[in-house]
Formats: sequence, C-alpha cells, structure tokens
Amino acid sequence: MTENNLNESRGIEAVSWNRKHLLDIDEFSISEFDLVMKTADAMSDVLSRPIRKVPALRGKTIATLFYEPSTRTRSSFELAAKNLSADVVNLAASSSSISKGENLIDTVHTLEAMGVDILIMRHPMAGAGHLAARYAKSSVINAGDGGHAHPTQALLDMYTILKHKTGIDGLKIVILGDSRHSRVARSNIWGLTAMGASVTICGPRSLLPIGLTRLHPVYSKINYETDILRALDGADVVMALRMQKERQSTGLIPDIREYVAQFRLTSQRLAAAKPDALVMHPGPVNEDIEISSDVASGPQSVINEQVSNGLAVRMAVLYLITGGSRE
Amino acid sequence: MSSSILIKNGRIIDPAASIDLQADVLIRNGFVSRLADKGQIEDAGVDSVIDAEGLIVCPGLIDLHCHLREPGQEDKETIKTGSEAAAKGGFTTICCMPNTHPPIDNAAVVSYVNTIAARDSAIRILPIGCITKGRKGDELAPMYELAQAGVVGFSDDGSPVTDASLMLRAMQYAGPLGLPIIEHCEDLSLSGSGLMNEGDLANILGLPGIPAAAEEIMVARNILLAKDTGIHIHLAHLSTRGSVEIVRFAKQHGVKVTAEVTPHHLTLTETAVAGYNTYARVNPPLRSDDDVQSLIEGLKDGTIDLISTDHAPHTTSEKEQEFGLAPTGISGFETALSSLLGLVHQGKMEMGKLIEAMTVAPAGILQGRFGRLGTIAQGSIADVTIFDPNIEWRVDAGGFISKGKNTPLHGMTLKGKVMITISCGKVVYRRDP
Repeated sequence: MTENNLNESRGIEAVSWNRKHLLDIDEFSISEFDLVMKTADAMSDVLSRPIRKVPALRGKTIATLFYEPSTRTRSSFELAAKNLSADVVNLAASSSSISKGENLIDTVHTLEAMGVDILIMRHPMAGAGHLAARYAKSSVINAGDGGHAHPTQALLDMYTILKHKTGIDGLKIVILGDSRHSRVARSNIWGLTAMGASVTICGPRSLLPIGLTRLHPVYSKINYETDILRALDGADVVMALRMQKERQSTGLIPDIREYVAQFRLTSQRLAAAKPDALVMHPGPVNEDIEISSDVASGPQSVINEQVSNGLAVRMAVLYLITGGSRE
Repeated sequence: MSSSILIKNGRIIDPAASIDLQADVLIRNGFVSRLADKGQIEDAGVDSVIDAEGLIVCPGLIDLHCHLREPGQEDKETIKTGSEAAAKGGFTTICCMPNTHPPIDNAAVVSYVNTIAARDSAIRILPIGCITKGRKGDELAPMYELAQAGVVGFSDDGSPVTDASLMLRAMQYAGPLGLPIIEHCEDLSLSGSGLMNEGDLANILGLPGIPAAAEEIMVARNILLAKDTGIHIHLAHLSTRGSVEIVRFAKQHGVKVTAEVTPHHLTLTETAVAGYNTYARVNPPLRSDDDVQSLIEGLKDGTIDLISTDHAPHTTSEKEQEFGLAPTGISGFETALSSLLGLVHQGKMEMGKLIEAMTVAPAGILQGRFGRLGTIAQGSIADVTIFDPNIEWRVDAGGFISKGKNTPLHGMTLKGKVMITISCGKVVYRRDP
C-alpha cells in the first residue's frame, strides 16, 4: 500500500498537518484532532489485516529515547514504527544520567548524526521535549515530559471515546485522581475541553491543581470536585489516573488507604455515572487502588482497547509527522 | 589619567542633595570640587571636558546585591569581568554576595576578594560575609572577624537561614557590629521543588510552582525578629504583593527593616518563562502583573528602599538545559538602568525616585563607612554616572562584558543607556561612539 492509496482509502481531504514536532496538544485545532482520528482509523484497518505492515516509513529511522522506565508506551511506539516499516533504535537512559551531566542537546545531535529522522522522547522534566525540538533537525515526539504533557495518550484516549460515543462535544468526562502532577490529565484536559467536553477533575484537594485564576484558558472551564459521587453523577466517561506511591511520602495524602477509602472507583460508585459510562485508565493500573478489580475488568472498562488504539494512534502520528498527508 | 574633569551642560540629578537642575560639575583629584550654574566653570586648566548636553548626570550607581563568582566559579564570572560589566551598567560601587567557593565566611576569603578587586577592578567592590559557616545554616560565621576584614553586611544569600533561633542570634550578634543582616527570604519547605511562580502558567507548563507564601512567611518571620531585637534587617529581592504589604505594615510600626527589589521583578512577569525559557528562571521567580504593580507602588511610597540587581551570571551551557536543571539567575548589570528607565518612560516612576533607589538609598545601608557615596554634592567622592535617557538600543547578550550572557532581555529594545561612568574621578567606562 502506498501513501497515496492510504490517503484515498480514507478519503482524507487536504486538511493540512504542518507540525514538525508533537510536543503537546495545547494549540491543536479541531480539524487537527479530526485528522489524527481519521488517520488512526486507517491505521486500525491496517492492524486488522493478516499482515499488519505498510511501507509508509520505509527508510526512516526512529529512535526512542526514554529517561524514565516505560514498557507500554515505548513498545507501543516501537511497534507503531515497525508496522510502518521504519527502522527503530531504542535507547534507555536512566533518570540519574540526566543529573550526571549527560547533555540532552548533545544526545540529540549524536542521534541525528546517526541519521535519526524522528526522536520519541520521554523525560522526567517538563519542557525537555521543547528543548530537544529547539535544537533538533529531526522531528521530536513527546512521549511524556515530567508533569507537563503526554500528547499521544490524550489522542488515544479521545480516539477510544470516539469508538464508543458519537462525539466528544457535550460529554461529561471525569478525570479521577492526581491531576496536579499528571501529564496524562493535563493533556486530556486540553484536548477534551477543546473538543467540547465538560471535564470534571476529582480527587483530594492536595492533588488538584493550585494557584489557578479565572483567566486560565482551560482550567477556568472545568469543574473541581472533592466528592466522588457528585463528580460521577451523570458522567459519560470516567478516567482514573495512576496513583503514584510517592504522593504519600511527600505528604500530599496521609496514606494510600485514605485515598482508596475516598476515591477508588468501585462498582457501587460507578453506578452514579450513566449506565453506559466508559471506564478508562492510562495504565498500568494499581489494582484495587485507583479502580477495583471488578470494574477494571468489567463490561464498562475499555482499558485494553486503549492499549490497542494506542498503536493505531501512534502509527497515525508517525505517519502525519513524516509528511504522509502532504505527499 | 586626567586629574580634573569638567562635565558641562548636563542635567544634574542628585536626590541626596535634592538637586535636579542644568549645571556643570568639576571633578578634581577624585572628588567633586564644584557644582555650578551652566557656563560658570572655565574650561581653562581642566584636563578634560565632557559635553553632557541632553544627558543626565547622577551619582555613581550602587548595587547592594550581586554575584561575582570569584573565587571558585570563574567560568561564570570573575571580579574583573563582573566589575567591568558593572561599570558599563553605570555602577561605581557593588557589593558581592558570599556564595562563592569557598564562601566568604572567614577573613582569608575577604582578603582574597579585596586583593583581586584591588588588582582587577576599577570600581569599588565591597564584599558581604556569610551569616553562617559555609552558608550551611548550622552555626554562626565569625562575624567580628569578617567585620574587621571589611565586609559590609552579612548574608547567606541563595539560601535563607531556615532556623529562626539561629537567625535571632545572628541579629543579636551582628547588631553591635553595626552591619546589616541581608536575608534571602524563602521557606524551603514551601518552595520545595518549585521552578516558577505558582499560577496559571505553571499549570499550563506542568512546572511545579513556588507560592508567594514561601517568601512572605520568611519576610514576616524576619520582621518579627527585627521587632524583637530592635536590630536592623535588610530583606533581599522582594517579589510579591504580600511581602510589600507586610513590610509596609512593619515600617508603620517602627520596625527597623529595609527592603530591596530587582530590576527584573519590577519590569518582567512570569510570562517571560513561557516556552520553558531558562533565561527567565530566577529565584525568587518572576511573578504576576499584580505583584509587579505592587512592587512599583512599594518603591514609590518608600516601603521598598532600593533597587539591587542580583546580577547572577551563569554560563550559556548551564542555561541551555532542561528547565529544571538550569540554574536560577539573570545577568543584570548591563541592562539594569536601561530596563528601569522603561518605567520612567511609561510614566510609572519618576526619574528622581529611580536614581534615589540606585544611589543614595543603597548608600544609606552602607552608612557612610566608605566616605560620602551616593551623592555628587561638593566634596563627595567623584563617582558619577552619565546616561542618555532617550537613546534606543537592542540588547545583544553576546555583546555583554559579563561572562554571564544569561538575560531574558536578549533581542529586546531598551530606551536609555549609560554613556560614561566615572569612579573616584577616573573614567572607567565610556560608550563607543
């Protein structure tokens, strides 16, 4: 399959994709979101075939550079790249290597000297992708930077919602847990709000964002709730966030048991949402902490679908970033 | 070198003497020998004449708070480059903070700084000594020894003295020495891992925020200690409305407190950080519009006494890193006056007030121990700054004399520039024509 008939098979119009990098989705237009969703549909088609491979990125070299441990996101990107016939090199750098003076800009230049076309990067510090992009000739895809953004996660979450709902506009979506420190929450809040959803973030007050004013372009539009039943009331989608154990040691919550007692998504609590409400989680789930096991594996859960959709969405992003829709 | 200089046709502004008039100034043998109406002083017999037509002539600027990095971090700055940069910025007296390596916490390091300054600097460099040994906040530094060696105050700047009882003892001990304690007000448990002002932008960027209370709690604590001891404390680089209000309240109640603010906290807001601009990463962080307004008001009504640069040079490679790894600080000498003149041009501050805050006000903290500084009244030391308030220029960090090219103002156009700096009657900087 060539790029051309890939385009034709989906009827992608000349909606332009002009992004060299994908660092966050803060400034995405609705048509850009639509383009990613449509392209992901085409990639889903590819993935449903016996031979799940197209030559779209043949001859391209993609590096994954992960400064934080990750199995899921890294392998999802790797498979996405391989399904598009790109060559992939995986670099794992420990977080400690950052403070030991291994210069990120040097690393970017070194990888480019080896011919890397796309750099997929995860980093524990917000803005690291922006720094890499400022120096890179190649494209940089942010696979998570500190507490800032995780754009492909938000895109795959939106894609998953759209598989089940006719649109995102008007949906009541609850993001449950530590939205203060979560890049997944931050990207989803931007994306879902832009698409017209009514977003409620719910969790202990010490894990909700602080210092906001009414002038904030996005956070001023969302609802804050510390009572889980009020938050879930009439919800169409519930996204639980992974609870980081260190929130206890840093004194943001007394202990995990307290969190579980107030905020674990149980079937009883889920009953406050709409009967067809989707249950989502970016993974990996701390079972029986954020979500009780029966809900995580229950009929409303789309957690495994998120993983499959992640592959299609990441293929779409790689395809668009290499200029697929422009050819 | 000329032993006499006549500065003609300038507008003399000397807030210490309540002077703002067109006049000529004669400098002889390092002192201001005469101030007279335009044309009253003969050129004859004068070694050199400066025509200051259209320019402002004021006392040499005094900076109570800067970082010269020597000894120990000479890749960031040296006393030579720092002093030359300061002279270019119109400064004739600068007080360097003791967070060097080793820190200025004993007489030997004071003596080292003074020796290098005597060799390498054309302007007056006055070191500040540590409050605690090694700036560790555990035990008092030998303050008497430091005072004898010539420090002009005590500070652990860069870090606060977290232990309140240690701060109390420091004040009690320093009081009789006649030198101020200069405190960096930060509650480290509240600033924590924060990287920028807590607020909307921190949430957008996903950067941990530093709340205003991290500063204000320590401002309040230090004021209460000053009230208790009756000993003067000087608060460094205030950045929030709350701090201004607490200091205002304290002054109304007679507490011996003085305060300073930096040019960047008066002229920039947190929006300079957008895009993870490490050049705008500074401690305390750039704050909101409302805070900036309050700092300006505080300066105008006397709540804030003076302006200090907090010149904090860093290497470019240190700043060209992830936001969270880049060190805090702005290289400020060469843009300080120009950026502040922006406030005058915008009508937010009077020229006289600005000059007061950079001359006689910091001189007051130094208490005349180094002769009459901060004025160009007849008989005073001939430290003089001559600047063009209206000339426009584009900031090019690459052209800084300072080794620290770290400024968020790079590429911006500023209005007003230092033309000539005179220290002890010698021209130490002259702008290339």
